[in-house]
Amino acid sequence: MVKSGIHRLGRQGLMWSYLARRLAMGIPTLWVIITVCFFLMRLTPGGPFDSDAPVPPEVLANLRARYQLDDPLWHQYLSYLWNLLQGDFGPSFKYQDFTVTELIAQGFPISLQNGLSALLLAVFIGVPMGVLAALKQNSPRDYTVSAVAMTGIVIPNFVMGHILILVFGVWLKDTVFSLPAGGWGDGGLAYRVLPVIVLSLPFIAYVARISRGSMIEAMRTNYVRTARAKGLPFRTVVMRHAMKAAMTPVVTYLGPATAFILTGSMVVETIFQIPGIGRYFVQGALNRDYTLVMGVTILSAALIILMNLLVDVLYGVLDPKVRYDQH
Amino acid sequence: MISVPSSPVLEIKNLSVQFATPEGEVQAVSDVSLSVNKGECLGIVGESGSGKSQTFMAALGLLAENGTAQGEVLLNGVDLLKAGERKLTAIRGNKIALIFQDPMTSLTPHMRVGRQLTEVLMRHRGLNATEARDGAIAMLKRVQIPEPERRFIMYPHELSGGLRQRVMIAMALLCGPDMVIADEPTTALDVTVQAQILDLIREVQDTLDTAVVLITHDLGVVAGLADRVAVMYAGRIVEQGGVRDIFYRPNHPYTRGLLECTPSLDQVQTGKLLTIPGQPPDLQNLPPGCAFHPRCVHSSERCLAERPVLSAASHNGQKACFLSEGQVSP
Amino acid sequence: MTSINLASRHGEALETAASVEGRSLWQDAWRRLLRNRAAVVSLIILAVIGLLSVLGPYALPWSYDEIDWDHIEALPPSLELGHYLGTDYVGRDLLARTLVGGRVSLTVGILATAVALIIGVTVGAVAGFVGGRVDQILMRFVDLMYSVPLTFFVIILMVLFGRNFILMFLAIGCVEWLTMSRIVRGQTLSLRNKEFIEAARASGGTTAGIIWRHIVPNVLGVVIIYVTLTIPQVILLESFLSFLGLGVQEPLTSWGMLINEGAAEMEITPRTLFVPAVFMTVTLFCFNFLGDGIRDALDPKDR
Repeated sequence: MVKSGIHRLGRQGLMWSYLARRLAMGIPTLWVIITVCFFLMRLTPGGPFDSDAPVPPEVLANLRARYQLDDPLWHQYLSYLWNLLQGDFGPSFKYQDFTVTELIAQGFPISLQNGLSALLLAVFIGVPMGVLAALKQNSPRDYTVSAVAMTGIVIPNFVMGHILILVFGVWLKDTVFSLPAGGWGDGGLAYRVLPVIVLSLPFIAYVARISRGSMIEAMRTNYVRTARAKGLPFRTVVMRHAMKAAMTPVVTYLGPATAFILTGSMVVETIFQIPGIGRYFVQGALNRDYTLVMGVTILSAALIILMNLLVDVLYGVLDPKVRYDQH
Repeated sequence: MISVPSSPVLEIKNLSVQFATPEGEVQAVSDVSLSVNKGECLGIVGESGSGKSQTFMAALGLLAENGTAQGEVLLNGVDLLKAGERKLTAIRGNKIALIFQDPMTSLTPHMRVGRQLTEVLMRHRGLNATEARDGAIAMLKRVQIPEPERRFIMYPHELSGGLRQRVMIAMALLCGPDMVIADEPTTALDVTVQAQILDLIREVQDTLDTAVVLITHDLGVVAGLADRVAVMYAGRIVEQGGVRDIFYRPNHPYTRGLLECTPSLDQVQTGKLLTIPGQPPDLQNLPPGCAFHPRCVHSSERCLAERPVLSAASHNGQKACFLSEGQVSP
Repeated sequence: MTSINLASRHGEALETAASVEGRSLWQDAWRRLLRNRAAVVSLIILAVIGLLSVLGPYALPWSYDEIDWDHIEALPPSLELGHYLGTDYVGRDLLARTLVGGRVSLTVGILATAVALIIGVTVGAVAGFVGGRVDQILMRFVDLMYSVPLTFFVIILMVLFGRNFILMFLAIGCVEWLTMSRIVRGQTLSLRNKEFIEAARASGGTTAGIIWRHIVPNVLGVVIIYVTLTIPQVILLESFLSFLGLGVQEPLTSWGMLINEGAAEMEITPRTLFVPAVFMTVTLFCFNFLGDGIRDALDPKDR
């Protein structure tokens, strides 16, 4: 097959330069976030050692020295940035035997696994649900899907979490359906089921809704009409001609979905007592553990920026009309 | 063109089509009967909403979800309205092909043009990828697309409107269909390109002896290409006949109105453009009697009370009107 | 055969034409909305919940923070004691607390949405209407904000500045305005190029006049839809904050806090979890159905 030489290379070349440009734009954003976060935490009343029982002055002095709290603010800021570049998020204020980097290294893989599982569930359950509903509009099948989707969107994850714990952890405790009410244990499947389900429910619902809507629109297009008029079997028309258009809004959604999954993890990990970064963030915020909070925030922001970038590139792959030289 | 009557490829008998909408039922097509012979070109003329497209969408089982059809549609003796979906998909694109109005939106944007052609051949003729590719490129040449190999791997948005329409035509002809239905094939194109496409259609018809149904609102298109014409209004046929007969001796006031509305270069300049007065018909609230009477200059009380059925016209065709030709075109 | 008077024919046709133009866009939309049963039911339920939350507590025998000293434990519902839905684990009337919680949740929902509305509409309308550099800068900013995990910042703010009611809905409003601004900008952009604006300009309208009399009514529709859909998001966000212990201060309560308290007692008295959860879920359902209904009414495409 003859590739139209220059044409192909040109487009791919443009894509790489677009990628580079986006990455470059992401860095200042990240930097702004770091800075705002830093000064926000340091400039407000109350410190990390205030809430507990009064600390003897010598210990307090030691702590302050260790965390450089006596240095001028600018100095703290710059040294923080310097450490960041080397991958060091600083020591945790609360868990004094650990550095934030260690805590994140422990917690991140767990949250990542759960988050990815939730996204995968969202796509592999949500899309078929939405598509099947769209193909038989206004049928009982369609109404069921819409109702289920609505439920997933509306019931908050902490309510759902508690209900599921009640059902599977308490009521069904002595049956074969029992599931642990919390904790991570050895990370075995039993401990993952409930948290991942609770985490993924709103996303399954949103994806189902989105793909239903876009599938309905795709089936109405003129080109799907042409495909049908050509005598192609219905399945081919749906999978080869309509599906792509139906999928693009779902892909677009994955970008903001990452952000929502991160916040969802906070709830899920807290309820189910899972040692992931979501829970660390919540604890950190409540304990005024500056470095921990900043570490997780920065990581999350970086993730979101990266994910948005990936989504944009993916979008370009799916839609041949997208031009990379226009952004 | 063909003086010897040949057997009809497609026969539509008493076809009616309705759509169920939240505001009530809309009768899009009422009791339409027509036939198309091998090698002839039948023009269907009417405004938007006259039912001209839906007649043929119904014939091929391509109505929207809320549409229903009754009557008979015979393709070589087989009633398509009663045929199952399997049979219909075997016929579409194969024995009967469609060409749609807007080439901009009628081709799948994310698939290469070549693929959209080869999938037809692979589906209906069981060819493999290489054979299909050869067949497709040959057809692209046939419809006079320059550099077909290059165009083969392009996406639709990389082609011009005229080229896209040629691709649509090529797609329709790939399996050598007995009949091609062209629904407003030139409406979305520039005037110069229009002429080229029409020439192409005529050439195809001549060489392949395909029956062609040309659906349009443009009388000029019909005049150049059609052998016979059916004029539709509010879902019914109001006049049918040979193209010259219709044009020179229209028997129905609507036909006459359409002809008069089309400005021509040698017309006497009166300073005003002629129109047919009134509003297009509301298909949910059709007036009793003749659907055209609210806009008809010659209407009488009989037109209000009774709906005219198709009867013999002064030419060899039919008309649905109580008036005689003399009264319509004095 | 008599020929009917041509003039009367035409007259009739013209009159029919005029009467067809009669109904305005809003009337059409309202009629369509009324035909949507789910939306109408939702509207009624929301009205009922709203009334109950505002007026209900005055009608009940127990107030929300009053402890029934005779029964400091969770009671099942009893008519004679006046605890229609029972009490919570401390002995406070559950129904009263739920209704008061409703007041807070709904108020936060409305106020925060109002904040989001004001900021979002302003930014969106300016960006869409003025266009050019201003538009580019504003939209870059919005894009930037989308990359930031805003909920994180809200949490940080709430932690740092204390559990202040006003701060809460300001912070939440600042999170939600982004979507609103994008939508308003989109609508303004498409309107700006429509012919009737040109016509207004041509007949001597000022920029402000044009914005007020032509753009605002058209943008209003889209805004109403998103307001109805944003309120439930806000309520969810507020309850999320409450869940984390960052919501309103005691003794005030919101649905989120009640759910949190109820969850702690869930094994013994699931009622304390279910009552506020059901109230909140039903409210959110109704807002969503209503929002969808309004969207369909204003822009009917066969759903």
